[in-house]
Amino acid sequence: MNVTIVDYKSGNISSVINSFKEVAQNKVKIEVTSDLNKIKSSDKVVLPGQGSFKSCIDALNKINGLVETLNVFAINNKKPLLGICVGLQMFADVGYEETETKGLGWISGKVTKIDNQNGKYKLPHIGWNEINIIKDSKILKDIKNKSHMYFVHSYEFLPNNKNAILATTNYSSNHVCAIETENIFGTQFHPEKSDKIGLKIIDNFINL
Amino acid sequence: MLKNRIIPCLDVKNGRVVKGINFVDLKDAGDPVEQAKIYSDGGADEICFLDITASNENRDTIYEVVEKTSKKCFVPLTVGGGVRSIEDINKLLKCGADKVSINTAAVQNSKVVIDSSKKFGSQCIVVAIDAKKNGKNWEIFTHGGRNSTGIDAIVYAKKMEEFGAGELLVTSMDRDGTQVGYDIELMSKISSRVNIPVIASGGVGNLDHLVEGIKLGKASAVLAASIFHYGKHSIKEAKEYLDSKGIPVRI
Repeated sequence: MNVTIVDYKSGNISSVINSFKEVAQNKVKIEVTSDLNKIKSSDKVVLPGQGSFKSCIDALNKINGLVETLNVFAINNKKPLLGICVGLQMFADVGYEETETKGLGWISGKVTKIDNQNGKYKLPHIGWNEINIIKDSKILKDIKNKSHMYFVHSYEFLPNNKNAILATTNYSSNHVCAIETENIFGTQFHPEKSDKIGLKIIDNFINL
Repeated sequence: MLKNRIIPCLDVKNGRVVKGINFVDLKDAGDPVEQAKIYSDGGADEICFLDITASNENRDTIYEVVEKTSKKCFVPLTVGGGVRSIEDINKLLKCGADKVSINTAAVQNSKVVIDSSKKFGSQCIVVAIDAKKNGKNWEIFTHGGRNSTGIDAIVYAKKMEEFGAGELLVTSMDRDGTQVGYDIELMSKISSRVNIPVIASGGVGNLDHLVEGIKLGKASAVLAASIFHYGKHSIKEAKEYLDSKGIPVRI
């Protein structure tokens, strides 16, 4: 089996690469590329994302044919895909960071700034927070409710379909931190930076 | 609920830890990778490397350290010390750092903060502020506390937030190395003025100081070096102590 981490020249993906390689050891091949053919032929795809919603979407669009290839992979062929942080946010129809930007539209909804209640809550939401698991999922196998995960973000994904929500976390209000629709998975937190418990999620994805 | 973070800091010089943990079973006490791993296995919420390499020819040693550590530690890694340019930041992030802290360069050329937070995202840009009390105010110092600038620390902190810093690492130069506790007034003043997280640093001598940094200093995270070195306190002890004082921590 091979898992491809999409390198679309946006943000820092070293930690994602390191963590997947650590979990995969030599049993699973981890490829890091923006090569469309390699993405097409891979079994699973990881879509990381750092920086703003707009900068990530712009970076995806800069690589000719990448969005179309990802669409075919995730929507037509229904192969497993994991979005991390802004990688998850891009599943939405639209994001409002910097300026209104069209998303991939895979999971209907929007990405808006976390309400900081007039400065009562500092943004970004940085650090370890507990996740409240509200739905069983293969990706959360052996993850206990109230496990701590590492977050860094100022924007949250508001999906229209509440059935897609696997877990929430509380900061200012409850917001979505893990989602699943059929073959598409996403975490707002960073499993690659969430110590052993985060690596378990990566292991779960690899073993889907 | 978001937990307060405990961040052990390791001073690294020419690729070797200068102080550090001194356990008998440590194979190589000067190896930053091994020390960082002990901290992350012990429950550190983040690891911080401060590169204090003085000579230019050995500047590259930090990249190798970061690269090796990021393959072993799966908690956030912040690296600071001698970061001058976008290129330096890019190199550190490529090697596996999750955040880069900028100190002197941010004072000399605030464009570094503006440009880097745009290019890499605010989440990985930490501005380190070294401040010394001067009458009723605090003044920014650069070059490891040697050079005064005449810049007011509170005004500067607010400016760095506007320029895109994701976090502020605030060190009291008066307290650094004294082990008498953080400069609580400085921490709480800055923390109340900005809407980004503040990491308190400088002066921790015991576990009560960590409690004060969070409760009175209103810091989101507390950074300490010497109390974790030589096995004086473990991260676990620190967390259990904070927990017993009603501070939310990841245990």
